[in-house]
Amino acid sequence: MTMPAPKISQDVLLNRETQNIENETSCIECKDFGLYYGTAQALKNINLMIPEKRVTAFIGPSGCGKSTLLRCMNRMNDLIDTVRLEGIMYLHGEDINAKSVNVAELRRKVGMVFQKPNPFPKTVYENVAYGLRLQGINKKRVLDERVEWALHSAALWDEVKDRLQDNALGLSGGQQQRLVIARAIAIQPEVILLDEPASALDPISTLKIEELIIQLKKDYTVVIVTHNMQQAARVSDYTAFLYLGELIEFGTTDQLFTIPKQKQTEDYITGRYG
Amino acid sequence: MVYQEIGHHISHQFDEDLESLRSKVLNMGGMVENQVENALIALTRSDSSLAEEVATSDYKVNSMEVAIDEECTQIIARRQPAASDLRLVITMLKTITDLERIGDEAEKIGSHAVKLATVERTPTYFSEIKHLGEQVRKMLHESLDAFARMDVKSAIEIAEGDKDVNSEYDSIVRQLITHMMEDPRAIKRSLRVMWCARSLERIGDHAKNICEYVVFTVAGKDVRHTSSDKIKDELIDVNK
Repeated sequence: MTMPAPKISQDVLLNRETQNIENETSCIECKDFGLYYGTAQALKNINLMIPEKRVTAFIGPSGCGKSTLLRCMNRMNDLIDTVRLEGIMYLHGEDINAKSVNVAELRRKVGMVFQKPNPFPKTVYENVAYGLRLQGINKKRVLDERVEWALHSAALWDEVKDRLQDNALGLSGGQQQRLVIARAIAIQPEVILLDEPASALDPISTLKIEELIIQLKKDYTVVIVTHNMQQAARVSDYTAFLYLGELIEFGTTDQLFTIPKQKQTEDYITGRYG
Repeated sequence: MVYQEIGHHISHQFDEDLESLRSKVLNMGGMVENQVENALIALTRSDSSLAEEVATSDYKVNSMEVAIDEECTQIIARRQPAASDLRLVITMLKTITDLERIGDEAEKIGSHAVKLATVERTPTYFSEIKHLGEQVRKMLHESLDAFARMDVKSAIEIAEGDKDVNSEYDSIVRQLITHMMEDPRAIKRSLRVMWCARSLERIGDHAKNICEYVVFTVAGKDVRHTSSDKIKDELIDVNK
């Protein structure tokens, strides 16, 4: 029948949150960023903008430079003597590798959580309060408040509220990892870097961490490195695919996992021969 | 990205699963095509036994739809396909729904043909519907071909052919109305013919849908409810 094609109702389209990197505020930005371990180049010419208050995931095969790039964001690579950098990395427009930057202050703003939970061999309470004490906060009332807030934010409070004075090493792996996240957010950083935060955890703990990550992005910029692509697809707003030290593709997670632009990305996420 | 360039999965089993699924969809397409063809032959030649067969053989297509549905669900659950694999699985899921509907339409034509075969035959009646039927059958065949080869270019061309099918249907309707006004005794029979024409027109729409899914699989663009000019604009880079 010759009838004009029905128009899609605008409501349907409007309900989809349109995410676009151009509408985002920049938090961390890399300009022609590169890194050498001695003579081996681990990162090549990375140009990337990590948007504020969003979850950005780095995916890619082992050795592609994901963790290296993540560790540059709070200068963890300073600890390795042979590392040489090129290009610039900005945090809110400031070069984080400038001589004038106080590294301790940078790491207060950019917190990090590693693959294996690494709580201090202290009580649950002290683990979270540790960073605050280092900042010179010693009033018990303030500490109590902040510890409770951080444990709440890390979705751990209900499980540990009666065990605050127990040794943190007695918690389960998933609880320890959330404790470490609580420790990282207690000092109210701007950015949280997560390096494979759930790879050593069981599926339920993993889901709790993922749920937590989604909660965290309301207040923090989250950058996560993960080998689990489904995890990246579930939690992140933006995804970057790295391969052999190069940034192959960066885009919204929606787009990257359904219609990747680059063949290498397609091959990687669909599990094909590269 | 050219679809055909995509290589094999590291998991051979996944390749095999997808391939077997794809061939089942094509198989189902073949069955449906056959059904439509038989329905048309039965209608135009007043062959009531063939019509009967078409009207009762739809269960095969239906059971195939259920089986393919199940397999797609398994693949999604076990493999969590992404990107082109995901689009392919989604396309197959949708394609079989359209194929099943085409089967239903063929069944309807079959049952009308059974009844039409019992009344007095007026051969001139069927020349237009024969033409429409031929057009639709070709459209279906080509859209399944485009699906098999994942050929975007021909998919777009075939989808455009739906316009011709629609105008052909309109002219049949006009003709039948005139006929009914001239001879009220022919109303019952004319209505049956009209329903057959309507079914054919619907088959054309389903074939068009399949073409749109092909575009989605290959180019990742959802071109439903989009004018053909706009589709061409959007796909310029894909065809390069």
